[in-house]
Amino acid sequence: MALSKTAHIVTAYGEELDQLADELARMGGMVETQLETALAAIVRRDASLVAGVREREKQVNAMQDDVEKRVLRLFALRQPLATDLRMTISALKIASDLERVGDLAKNIAYRAEDLAEYAPLSLLDQVERLGAIVVKQLHEVLDALSSADVEPAIRVWRTDDEVDERYNALVRQMLMSMTEDPGQVEPGVHILFVAKNLERIGDHATNVAEAVHFMVTAGPLEADDAKS
Amino acid sequence: MPDNQSHILDQNAGFGETEPPIKVAARDVCVAYDGKQALNHVSIDIPDRSVTAFIGPSGCGKSTFLRCLNRMNDTIEGARVTGSLKIDGAEVNDKSIDPVVLRASVGMVFQKPNPFPKSIYDNVAYGPRIHGLALSRNDLDGIVESSLKKAGLWEEVADRLNDPGTSLSGGQQQRLVIARAIAINPEVILMDEPCSALDPIATAKIEELIDELRENYCIIIVTHSMQQAARVSQRTAFFHMGTLVEFGRTEDIFTNPRDPRTQDYITGRFG
Repeated sequence: MALSKTAHIVTAYGEELDQLADELARMGGMVETQLETALAAIVRRDASLVAGVREREKQVNAMQDDVEKRVLRLFALRQPLATDLRMTISALKIASDLERVGDLAKNIAYRAEDLAEYAPLSLLDQVERLGAIVVKQLHEVLDALSSADVEPAIRVWRTDDEVDERYNALVRQMLMSMTEDPGQVEPGVHILFVAKNLERIGDHATNVAEAVHFMVTAGPLEADDAKS
Repeated sequence: MPDNQSHILDQNAGFGETEPPIKVAARDVCVAYDGKQALNHVSIDIPDRSVTAFIGPSGCGKSTFLRCLNRMNDTIEGARVTGSLKIDGAEVNDKSIDPVVLRASVGMVFQKPNPFPKSIYDNVAYGPRIHGLALSRNDLDGIVESSLKKAGLWEEVADRLNDPGTSLSGGQQQRLVIARAIAINPEVILMDEPCSALDPIATAKIEELIDELRENYCIIIVTHSMQQAARVSQRTAFFHMGTLVEFGRTEDIFTNPRDPRTQDYITGRFG
């Protein structure tokens, strides 16, 4: 998350900012693993993976608390300015979004336990595709964060429409399927919740993209930027 | 590099039409002491009725530029000032301008409070007396009272106006000095690190005073405290090695400075 090429005169201050960036990167990595594991639990119908996702969610919550404490301390003791100010405030926003992603990944994992009781569903491949896009979004936006690069952030921002379209198509098909076969209603509801959670994770990834854009450029990620 | 040192209102600094009119206009101002260049081609438009902060490392030229505004460099042997510097359109360095008259309209407050060894009353009355601003004792009483009120000191000293100015606390002395400057109806008030010798409470009172005074005066403050510049000013100018590097809205300078030198300085990095 190097926004400046030069080092702080007060070494401890620079180290505190670096530690904040490191903690945020660890949190991002943890959340990414959570989402991938939750999706694997759904696609492979493997409920044994759920416990790991739940455990990581607790760690992610603790990391968010840690980020908040670090930000509070930086504001109180260092009064960050310019790039440091933007980085610190963005860290607070990003940690909040990542915590929500962790929570949603946990919700997805829980559905794997329920879905394991049903025969494989035909729409599971579409969930897998939606999941793959959202995983890529999360991966790219974390790259954007660690490299302080707006290009991947803009790409993630652009992908949000595709996520919404795929989610809406999946809902339509699931409703049709449920109408045709009442036996699909119960597993279908679980699938719909999974899809909804994925769509929400996509929204949080775009929030992170906007925060990264602000952190780097000091400006909002407008629709014009995203289209250019 | 005169181009990147030009910070002219409505062109580079991004100020809107609702901004107060320009009070101080500098073009290519250079200062040298005994041939050694201290300020290089500074061009800046400073608006009236607002606070402009000058920041930058020691020796960057900010105080040198401040001293150009009331021709205090005249008192330094070997100092040479070139370029154009206008206040309300009048050339400050014009031979027809009497520095004494100029300094009445461009008041200055220094780092250390410097009350005269006189009573509180006489400290404030001194300027109006020598400039003939009061026709009677009543007039003078009125000027002293209103100046002390504007400086936020009246209530603390009203019952001891005959006490020596030096008997006041540091913060009160600084407000007394500001009252003394206000008493002669200045147009511009220059402040050179006015709070660096004060505790946080006295500093807060001066900052509150600056915020009130900006409704009627063009205030220019030199400060080493980034937080103070952020708190009191509407615009900030960053000086570095004798050049004006960046000038803009204070909010922009402290959240998104454009020049890496400004960025390094305000974030406390090696530049």
